This record gives sequence, structure tokens and C-alpha cells, in this order.
Amino acid sequence: MTRYTPVTDSDREAMLAAIGVASLAELFGEIPESVRLGRPLELPASLGEAEVYEHLRALASRNSSTEESLCFLGAGMYDNYVPAVVDMLMGRSEFLTPYTPYQPEISQGGLQVMFEYQTAICELTGMDVSNASVYEGPSALAAAGYLAKLTNGRPRFVVSRGVHPHARETLRTLSVGYGTSVEEVELRDGATDPRAWAAAIGDDVSAVFLAQPNFLGAVEDLAPLIAAAREHGALVVCSADPIALGIVEAPGRLGVDVCVGEGQTLGNRLDFGGPSFGFFAAREEHLRRMPGRIAGETRDVDGRRGFVLTLQTREQHIRREKATSNICTAQALNALAGVVYLSWLGREGFVELAELLARRTAYARERLCSLDGVSALHEQPVVREFALSLGLADVDSVRRVIARCAGERVEPGYALGRDYPEHPDALLVALSERRSREDIDRLVDVLGRALAAERAAAAAGGAAA
Amino acid sequence: MPEASYPDDLLYHPDHDWARVEGDVATFGITWYAQDSLGDVVFFEPPAVGTQVTRDEPYTEVESVKAVSDVIAPLSGEVIEANVALGDAPEAINEDPYGAGWMVKVRLSDPGQASTLLAADAYVALLA
Amino acid sequence: MSVQTGATADAALTIFEKGQRGRRAFQAPAVDVPERPLDELIPRRLRRSEPARLPEVTEPELVRHYVRLSRRNFDLDSGFYPLGSCTMKHNPRLHERVAALPGHARLHPLTDPARAQGALELMWGLERALAELAGLPHVSLQPSAGSHGELTGVLLTRAYHADRGERRGKVLTPDTAHGTNPATVTMAGYEVVKLGTDARGGVDLDDLRAKADSDVACLMLTNPNTLGLFDANIEEIARIVHGVGGVLYYDGANLNAVMGISRPGDMGFDIVHFNLHKSFTQPHGGGGPGSGPIAVSEAIEPYLPRPVLVRRGGAQGNGSKVEFDLDYDRPRSIGRVRGFQGNYGCFVRSYAYICSLGAAGLRDVSETAVLNANYLLARLRALGVCELLPPAYERLCMHEFVLSGAPMKRELGIRTLDLAKRLLDYGYHPPTVYFPLLVEEALLVEPTETETKQTLDEFAAAVAEILREAREDPELVRNAPYSTPVRRLDEAGAAKHPLLRQPL
Repeated sequence: MTRYTPVTDSDREAMLAAIGVASLAELFGEIPESVRLGRPLELPASLGEAEVYEHLRALASRNSSTEESLCFLGAGMYDNYVPAVVDMLMGRSEFLTPYTPYQPEISQGGLQVMFEYQTAICELTGMDVSNASVYEGPSALAAAGYLAKLTNGRPRFVVSRGVHPHARETLRTLSVGYGTSVEEVELRDGATDPRAWAAAIGDDVSAVFLAQPNFLGAVEDLAPLIAAAREHGALVVCSADPIALGIVEAPGRLGVDVCVGEGQTLGNRLDFGGPSFGFFAAREEHLRRMPGRIAGETRDVDGRRGFVLTLQTREQHIRREKATSNICTAQALNALAGVVYLSWLGREGFVELAELLARRTAYARERLCSLDGVSALHEQPVVREFALSLGLADVDSVRRVIARCAGERVEPGYALGRDYPEHPDALLVALSERRSREDIDRLVDVLGRALAAERAAAAAGGAAA
Repeated sequence: MPEASYPDDLLYHPDHDWARVEGDVATFGITWYAQDSLGDVVFFEPPAVGTQVTRDEPYTEVESVKAVSDVIAPLSGEVIEANVALGDAPEAINEDPYGAGWMVKVRLSDPGQASTLLAADAYVALLA
Repeated sequence: MSVQTGATADAALTIFEKGQRGRRAFQAPAVDVPERPLDELIPRRLRRSEPARLPEVTEPELVRHYVRLSRRNFDLDSGFYPLGSCTMKHNPRLHERVAALPGHARLHPLTDPARAQGALELMWGLERALAELAGLPHVSLQPSAGSHGELTGVLLTRAYHADRGERRGKVLTPDTAHGTNPATVTMAGYEVVKLGTDARGGVDLDDLRAKADSDVACLMLTNPNTLGLFDANIEEIARIVHGVGGVLYYDGANLNAVMGISRPGDMGFDIVHFNLHKSFTQPHGGGGPGSGPIAVSEAIEPYLPRPVLVRRGGAQGNGSKVEFDLDYDRPRSIGRVRGFQGNYGCFVRSYAYICSLGAAGLRDVSETAVLNANYLLARLRALGVCELLPPAYERLCMHEFVLSGAPMKRELGIRTLDLAKRLLDYGYHPPTVYFPLLVEEALLVEPTETETKQTLDEFAAAVAEILREAREDPELVRNAPYSTPVRRLDEAGAAKHPLLRQPL
């Protein structure tokens, strides 16, 4: 017996007798002796609840959370405020503990949440249809690649280097299975180079992939990029930061085929990278090739409004090897957080939040660029994230500067050098609405001193050499 | 459609498809048994005119809520007309499988193949 | 579940149909920086032309709406949920508490590893525990769910063969497999070859021998399989597949039957995925999130997704400090399969679970899961249920079992679906229906180890009672349920004319 398993000795005796076997071991009689473990697992002994709590708390205390340090890290996940109603609703047993709604009569709550979520995502992205969510952002982009493969079977993908590096890498990994090659197009002054883009796209391109804003924070001028792809009949996939869509044109209005993205920023916590949700929305014509669960409205036998999982013939449990995806789960709980968050923000709040971020970001960009040696990596418009050149020698110097700032409990941003070797001294700085003007001023102060210290150390090192 | 029926003027393929042969043109559909096994048909996308179909091979799919089924061509040829009305009203496949539920008209490449199909009584015997 | 009140009609209105223009729950922080015109920040032509028509509600309306919706859900905390293949075991609340600690919940994924040592140590501890349970040395926590783990595993297989200069085209899957297996195979660019099932419910060895050749990249297998049966021929199966140079993939959906008893690595498997949301009690969340770590052999290790978690220092006695890091320098890696490090929030919960149970507790979990399943089957048999719903295979089962409703359908005109719907009126979540596909009118029952004997007795009695009802008044069962927030729904109508969003 454990604290989660209820069978007492007398239960066991009665149960074995009812089964008609003499011992527990007999129940495992089918397992050949040669593949039995035959020893206890080499794992620690069990712990009581309080002991487990203390152990997990001690581990947590060795992590630098955004409660303790001023966080300007973004790059796909953001330290946005999660309203209390989200925690309360996600913690309710009725949302937390059911399985996928296979029995709609007793799952109307979850199904209606999916329907509402789909509505909210369609509104944000300007797309016709949305599924009930997929794992997370980067794999959502790769899933859009599979939709393109099923649609036209062409052999090449073209992807802007403005797409999140994790998403580009995931697309590459999965495209090996699709049998599709992946070609990247360079950025120019922080935005997708329209000439290189047009030159890379031909009639053999299955889909093209863009990000709005792109990974360096730049708001892309999507219209000509989309036109270049449509000219060759390639599908256009756009990954979007949903919060930026409060101020930036919805990709659906510009004619993209599929709009995907990372949903963490919509009411989900950071959780060191997951779980969150990916959103996946498309034009109506792609509906039957979409991956994932989709909820639809219908009526019951008494004429009452109700919701069901629908268009299931797309899915793996029915279509098996011909399915539109192998995915069988949505991220229902995280998507619930998403739709509750969007309802909490509301129609006007959604716009106000994006505008606030854009204004504070402009302030932060201007102030940081006034630091010695620091300049903007690009001059494109931005919403809540921007890239700086720190005027340092290499990515290691950037990492040392970040470590100096961290010593003062400021996380100044993400070093871009690993993902963009062409920008070894670049730093990607992101804001959430939790970062006030005062916080920005503190970042400017701390980063300025860290840079000065790094330059002084480099000069001393140089002199010593 | 409440009652099973297998009209005598049609020819049947063992994979539960029927053909109405008129000269070198035939109309295809699925049998009462096939639609009953599938349950409510919710989606049918007719093949494009001009598509070549081959005897014993699938030429389209028909979907119910929880099943997808290949539709097998009873004879070979080229699609000259498809029942586009089924796009909006796939329930016709259930309600009237031999009438409004027809799927395609095909110009046969080898009308002689018809001799390999089953008459109604032989098909019914197969179902028993 | 739902109490039918005056609020019931209102509950079916969506959040988009509630509220009023101008209402709000959000108050934006004050603009504390210079208010430059937006046109200076982002050119008008790039800006949003029409607003997103999001709901306009206050916090009280928001709370009431979603709390009412929640009451229209059945959940594991309120009732028995024997949904086969899904392992609906209790979700300890401690896990929610520790996962919410700011050091876990508010840790940015790109925080330098030096400042995330607690998180990396936790992941390391989970990796080691999963490796021990799998009997395989290396683990990647990155995949997001079981199906994602499968795709990762088959892509690893592809990389392994490619590295040896081999191009193979086929992957074998039994006809009992979860649909994710064949779907994964196609996505990974292979052809699916189906294997038959023998009279005892295992892989048909003759069929396997006939189909195993040098074009086979991999065999994907669940053991115990989806019929709830352990395939005692597993060593022979492994010999045949390895004999042609193929890789053995273990679908860990049914690991809950054998933890600490038999390990996939010892059975001969090369790659294993775990479902942290099944065996390791990550709450299912109404359909996600999950997490699908994989464990692999030495031969597969070089190809694991990037980054790989590494532990440095701490060699015996040398006093060096133990440090954890993320290694990106993995030239033979298949690459990422998603962003960041995987679903860390799930890792916290599953790690806490493993700490709570320990070595002996995990074994007790599997023993009790198997005991409960066999006992429930015995109770159903004792109550005469199996005359109309016989087990698909007359054997002892593992952690779940399959009944066939074919005699019930034949003799009473009651389908498995009807039985399932009537169970809703009795306050139970029904078992999985119509899976596995090769059993007619299948009912797949998995009670899990956290249920008491009393609960199993009551459930068995409810099934027997429904069969009695079905004999006396089949229409009663055929039209069930009656007590649920809605009754049977028109799924055909929903599919024919998809209405997938609230019209505004």
C-alpha cells in the first residue's frame, strides 16, 4: 500500500480469491522469467508529502525566477502577468482532471471552452478556422509544414531567418520525415530580405514560413512577401506573437494560409518552457487537412445547444496512416488559460496592452541605444522586443555582461550569437507589461555599468597580453 | 433508408459498390449494405471530371462521423460527370443510395469488364 | 457534476454572447513613458485595421461563466473514470502546489543554466529514474506527448539507419496498435506494414517472420498491448526484428502494468516513450498538456534531440562541484522537436510522484493496477455480465481488459455505445469504446491502482444493473443518458455543417 493505492492485506486476499489465483505473482505469470527485473528498482525510498515538498522547494530555490530578478528575457516566452482568475480556473478539478472529451454529454464545459478558444484565435489572427490548440509554438509551425506537404506535395520549404530558431530547427527535424528540403532566407536590416525571398521561391516550393514580428522583434512588411509566394502557388505560413496582434495587422487579413504561434504569453506561466499551447489557424479551404482536435456546435436530441469534437475523420484514431497528423492531444488546460486571459483583457484591453508595450519598448530601445557602444541591430518598427548590438568582441563577452547584470538581479536579455553567428555581440531585449519605466531605467543603469566593466576588463586583458 | 434493397437492374462489386451500365457509360455508387455499415455519411468529395479510375481500386473516399471508407471502382474508365450535389447533401448516400446518392458517371475503357460483376442475387448471397 | 438550475440555459451561451460593449476586467498599467504618436512607432499600413472582437466582461461575469461551464464537466476528482488506455489515476494535489512554486513556475526557459541549476537537477533526477524504469541508459525529456515521443523515436530510427548508410522503407505495427503508431510512421516518411494478431492476442509470429526483412526500419509495439495482454513472445519478437537489423520501439502507453516488474530495455526494446500524463499522473487537463519523454539505448544516443542535459564534475572523491548544463554541440542529433526543454511543469509533477512513491511504491502501483483490473473482470464475470459482454481473450489480463459487446448487441439490440451512455446516468465515466478495432463492439476497461475495491464492486453492480434494464426495457438504455447537461448530440450534423466558432 502507498498513500495513493488503497489495497489492504484483507482486500488483497479477498480479491485474489475472487480472481481465483493464489498470489499476486500468478497475475504476472505471462511475463517470462528472463525479462523480469528480479531486483528492486534502484530508486530512493518513498517520502512523505512534507518531505517531497521540502525537496522540491529546495530545488526551486536554486533557480532564479522572475519574482527575484528583473526579467527582460523573451525570445518566444514572456514574463507577462497571469491574472488570479486564470490560476483559480485552471486549478478547478473539473478542468484539471478530465481526459479528452470523448463523452460529450458530460464534457460540455471543456468542449465549449474549446469552441470559445477557437473563436478567440480566429479573431486574433483574422483566420477562418482554428483547431483547439497543439503542443506549442515551434512544433505548430512544423505541423503547418505537414499540412502543406499533404496539400501540394512539392519538395521545398523556404523559411525566413526571422522565424524563431527553435521553430526553424523543429521544421528541419520533421521535414526529414516529410521528404521536404528546407532553405533559409537571410534578413536584411533585421527584416526578411524581399529580393532574396523572391529569388528563393519557385514553383517547386510547397510552403514559405514567416514570423510577425520576427525573432529580432521587427514588424515585417508581410504583404509583398506573401505576394511573392502566392505567385508560385506556395502556401504561406506565418508565426505570430499573439500579443503583438493587438497593434499589428492580423495575418489572416493579408492572405496567409496558416497562422500559428506560441500561446504562452496568453495567460500561461513560464514553467521553464512548458507546458503552454500552440495555436493553429487556417483559411477555410485547409480545414480538412488541419491537425488536432476541433470542437463544433450542434444540438442534442431535445434540441438543446451543445458542442462535440468534430471532423474526427482527419485524425489518427480513425484515419491512422493517412491521418493529417499523429497528434492526439490538444493543450486543453493551457488553451483554457488562453481564452480566459483574452476575455480578461477584453476587446479594448487587448489593444491597450499592445500599445503600452510598444510605447515602453520604444522608450527602452532609445534609452539603451544611448549607452556607450550600444546601437540598434536594426531600425525596423518593433512592438515589445528589439535587438541591440552591444559593441563587444564576441558572444562570450555578451554572456559575461549578462552574468554581471544577473549578479545585480537583472536578466538583460538573450544573447543572439548562438542562433545568429553573424551577430556575435547582439542582445535581444523583451518587455512584458510587468516592466515599468522605473525597471527600464534600472536595466539601462545596470547594463551600462556591466558593459563598462566588461570593456575595462577586456582593455586590462589586452594590455596584459 | 429503412429497408435493405438491391435492385435487379444493377451490377455489384464484392466491395459493396454498384454499377448501372448503359452502353459504354456506367454510373457508380455504394450499396445499401455499405451505407448502413458506415452510418450517417457526413462528407463526400467527388473526384474531378477527367480522373481515370481502375477496377478494384479506390477512386474516392466517403466519410461518416467516425469512419472513413475507400470507394472502389467496379469498372475502369474516365470520370465524365460527378455528383457535385453530394457535397452539400451527402445524406443522399444514406437516403437514396441507388438514386440521388450516385457518385460518378464513367466512360468505360473496357465495357467487357462488366461480365466480372455480380448480379443482385449473387451479391445478396455474398452478404448472407 | 451539474446541478440543473435556472442557470442551465445561460450556461450554453458563449462568453462572446455575454457582457456589454465597454465592460472590462483588465486595467492597463498607467502609461509612464512619453506618449509618442503610434504612427511614429509603427507605420499605419502595418497596423491592425479591424479590432479583434474579444469578449467584454467584468471579472465577476468572467468567473461565473467559467465556473458554470466547469460544472458541465465530469472529472476524475468526482468519480470513477475507467477509460482504457488512458490511465486515469488520482492526481495528487501536492504536485500542483510544488509546480506553482515561483522557482519552477516563473523560471524563464532561456535563463542561463548557471541560474537554473535546481531545474536542471530535477530534470536530471527524472531522467535517471525513467532510465532505471525503462532499463535503457539515456533519456530525452523534450517530446511534448506520447505521439510526439513516437515521432521523435521513429526519426531517431531513421537517423540511426542513415548513419549506417542504410535506407529502409517500412515500419511494422500490429493491427492492435494505437492510431498514433501508423500516423507517426507516415509522418516520418515510412510505409506502414500491419502485423496480424494470434489466437492468444499477441503478435502473430509467422506473420512477423514473413514480413521482417532488411527493408524493415522498426517495429512499434505496446507491451502489454492494447488488449491488456502481455506478449510472452517478446524475446522471440526482438530476436526476429534485430535479426534483420531493425529497431524495436516501445509505446509506453501501458507502462503502468509493469513498473519495477519488467523493463522494456530488458525485453529487447531500443527506444521507449513514456506518457507522464498516464503512468506518472500529470493531470490530463481535459485533453492536454501531456509529456512524452523517451529513453534509448547506447546505439541510439548520438541522435537524441538537442540540447542534451549533461552533468559535470562530482566524480568520486575529487571534491569538484556538480554542475548541470545543456549541451547543444551534438553533431549527429536529429535536432529539436519543439521549443526550449520540454514540458518542465509536467516534469516537476512526475518527479514529485516518483519521490513520493519510491522504488517499492512504483512496483506497488503496477501490482495494484493489475490486481484491480483482474478483480473487476472477476466481479463482472461473477455477476453474469460476461455472458453478454465476454472478455475478448479468456486469459488473466494486465492493467486493463477488453470486453466484446457483440453478444449484447445480437441478443438485446444494445450497442456498446448505449451501455456507455447509460453509465453516464449512473455517475461513471464509461470505459473506452470501439477500441481496439479488431474486437467487435469493444469496451476497454482500465480501473487503475488508485481505486478501492468498493468502487470496483459498485461499478460492476452498475453494469449488471444496466444489462437487467436492457433486458426489461431496451429503449431505456438505447435513449440514455437522461441526467446529463445535454443528451445525445447530433454528431453527424456537426460534421456535415461545421460550426467551429461563435459568429459575431
